[in-house]
Amino acid sequence: MSATTRNRTRGAASEAALLTLLKLRTFIALFAVLLAFAVLVPNFVAAANLILMAKHVTLNAFLAIGMTFVIITGGIDLSVGSIVGLSAMVAGGLLMNGLVLPIGYTVWFNVLETTLITLALGIGVGAINGLLITRLNVAPFIATLGTLYVARGAALLMSEGRTFPNLAGTPEHANQGFDLLGGGRLFNVPYSVWALIVLALAASYLARSTPLGRHIFAVGGNERAAALSGMRVNRVKMFVYMFSGFCASIVGLIIASELMASHPATGETFELNAIAASVLGGTSMSGGRGTVGGTVIGAFVIGILSDGLVMMGVSSFWQTVIKGLVIIAAVVVDQAQRKLQQRVALMQVARAS
Amino acid sequence: MSVEGGEIALTLDDVSKAYAGTLAVRQATFHVRKGAVNVLVGENGAGKSTLMKIIAGVEQPTLGRILLDGKPVRFPTVADAVSQGIGMVFQELNLFGNLSVAENIFAGRELVRGPRGIDHREQQRRAGELMARLQSRIDPSAPVEDLRVGQQQLVEIAKAMSQKARILIMDEPTSALSAAEVEVLFRVIADLKRQGVAIVYISHRLEELIRIGDYITVLRDGRVTGQDTIRNVDTHWIVRQMIGRDAKDFAKDVGHRIGEIVLKADNIVLPRMTGDLAVDHVSLDVRAGEVLGIYGLMGAGRSELLDCIMGRQRLAAGTVSLCGKSINELDTTDRIGRGIALIPEDRQREGQVGIMSIAENLTMASLKRFVRGIHIVRRAERDAVTETVKDLTIKVVDPRLPVSSLSGGNQQKVVIGKALLTGPKVLLMDEPSRGIDVGAKADVFRIMRKLAAEGLGIIFVTSDLEEVMALSDRIAVMSNGKVTAMLDRKEATEAKIVAAAAAGHGPARVSQSLSEEVSA
Repeated sequence: MSATTRNRTRGAASEAALLTLLKLRTFIALFAVLLAFAVLVPNFVAAANLILMAKHVTLNAFLAIGMTFVIITGGIDLSVGSIVGLSAMVAGGLLMNGLVLPIGYTVWFNVLETTLITLALGIGVGAINGLLITRLNVAPFIATLGTLYVARGAALLMSEGRTFPNLAGTPEHANQGFDLLGGGRLFNVPYSVWALIVLALAASYLARSTPLGRHIFAVGGNERAAALSGMRVNRVKMFVYMFSGFCASIVGLIIASELMASHPATGETFELNAIAASVLGGTSMSGGRGTVGGTVIGAFVIGILSDGLVMMGVSSFWQTVIKGLVIIAAVVVDQAQRKLQQRVALMQVARAS
Repeated sequence: MSVEGGEIALTLDDVSKAYAGTLAVRQATFHVRKGAVNVLVGENGAGKSTLMKIIAGVEQPTLGRILLDGKPVRFPTVADAVSQGIGMVFQELNLFGNLSVAENIFAGRELVRGPRGIDHREQQRRAGELMARLQSRIDPSAPVEDLRVGQQQLVEIAKAMSQKARILIMDEPTSALSAAEVEVLFRVIADLKRQGVAIVYISHRLEELIRIGDYITVLRDGRVTGQDTIRNVDTHWIVRQMIGRDAKDFAKDVGHRIGEIVLKADNIVLPRMTGDLAVDHVSLDVRAGEVLGIYGLMGAGRSELLDCIMGRQRLAAGTVSLCGKSINELDTTDRIGRGIALIPEDRQREGQVGIMSIAENLTMASLKRFVRGIHIVRRAERDAVTETVKDLTIKVVDPRLPVSSLSGGNQQKVVIGKALLTGPKVLLMDEPSRGIDVGAKADVFRIMRKLAAEGLGIIFVTSDLEEVMALSDRIAVMSNGKVTAMLDRKEATEAKIVAAAAAGHGPARVSQSLSEEVSA
């Protein structure tokens, strides 16, 4: 009897260890890719390269954080890539051409105003998504698929498909300095990376320590129970889509600012990368589960993987295949973890009773 | 411990079942006799369901054998068990909400006409016959998700009946049925018995077991603690075998004072899609410290009435007032804020977020209490959780575990705790004892009594006569959307309640004579 008990405890201990390992899998994956490329690619760990990669990853990480909240509520936001493009075009158009009023008068905005208008636009598109989903009961996939096309079309219409080539602004319109966001650095780290750090911390705090965060998880876990617990489910959903739109317009601004030009095709298929990063970071597509930290790490794994493969000279076709395999592997491991977690929880209960 | 009796169809011989880290069944021997109702009883977690799953091929025994007609067999899958004539009505409903009643009944063995595909008409005809046999008016073409829980249970029973099983396992088939439906089910069971079907019957309702059963097997902690013919036993014997001591009875009447009216519902009307009324001009009130029991058959409009009071039905007419102030304009969130809380009938679907932790579930509805600015103060939250767990005697290993890891009774206590943390003035409880074991039931009843003594107004809905008689200060009987009787505890008798519960369907004459009888 004592032998079986001991065996059981040992089995439980090793299972608990395995569980911890699985929980940290995204971290482990991150270190694995970093380590692999550090060995395989010369200069990979040079500060300049790391900063450059961080800058690339940042774009996807912003979208993925917004996406994570949406997915936790049990939804999906396919429109973020298009919002990126539309935001870039709106910011570019305002800086280059101003706002031409039908009465033949042109209003010019300075860089701060342009930025705020663009962010408001992103939130607005998110609000449309939210209204379609909460008020008109359109399935999130369909609603955001619709706005994906509408927003992309609007971006193309703004310039008849052409690029706004020069966003430097002019002194007489007092709208110079747009390059700051994409080009500026603090302690040699780009502003965009700082912005990500701030946003990620804020989002993480929101998820863990505020009622709104708790409501987001509850709505995703069981919408009816959430409503019966007095949560305003529709408001929670509105928030997540607006927040996702907000994140997307930040990305649009950063890209336009980095290039000092805006192209209407900016951000195409970004939504898929954002979903991939969320899922890689442990967000459950069926809702109720996910963390901001996991998502950011997921974005870094994907970003570093693709940058590293480029530096190794792997063909872009193979890169696509590898990215897909990594995502599938992540979900398979996720399922295994969930099963094990259930078992460990059950065993804990069994042992205590 | 062998019991003399009829021919044995199936035997579980010295069966044990181990799950990771726990033994759910320990060396149990269980005989299933032909043409008889073989009752299996025990508290939640005693191993009944595991034993059933072994018979139905859902689980395989770790040790021991299954003998079918005396020959050892193995059921590696459910399909193997079904092919040997074993059917099962599961406790958790296993239905496809998006499919119709007929499609559900024939799911997996559709009637096909060669290349012309499924014979929907024949399926619906046969489903209609089964429903008629169960004396239910459920439309065979209605999607199952539109049915109430009790009706879904009938569909599940019809499905098992249609399989023409030799051995039919019923895991708590009556937990959501009304008294009248239970009667019908019992007639059907008697019918099946005559045809030689061996029935394995699991229920928490002891009187029911005594009435319907032929042989009884009691389980405790995975062990068989008693086996006998029903003739030789009574409820006290069963309870002793189940929990090893005499049961705590219904909570003793804690002396309490009944105060002012806290909640008043006036002339509530709720139309149904079909054109008639789900709630038909219902007026009632509950006072502080009072327990108002609403008894009624399934579909009598009890849950719908609670929904109206909660503000979950947009089409409802009538006025609801709390402490004298109308709350008609408020939505569910605001009503909860004002002090109404609902313990829903369906825990899994409406009461809890299964994947969230016990602690998060408890504080889910009352986060405001723990918030400073926008920040949830963990300490305050933890303290409230600890206190609630203690107050309600919830058996919890670690409040950070998912709530779905708890037993049914403890899950129910978590849902109650969640409602209590909102500081309600009125508590609406829809079938609070559904699907929980005897011990947890007694706890829930004690909690209800205690809350009433503390000055809460409680409205609870039940289809258990004994429950409504024992717990209520006043009893409202609903039938077909109407309140057909409002009885004081002293004047209430089972006969009056049962008569009133059927009155709403009958012709006017009957309800009139009944109201005379009630007033007499």
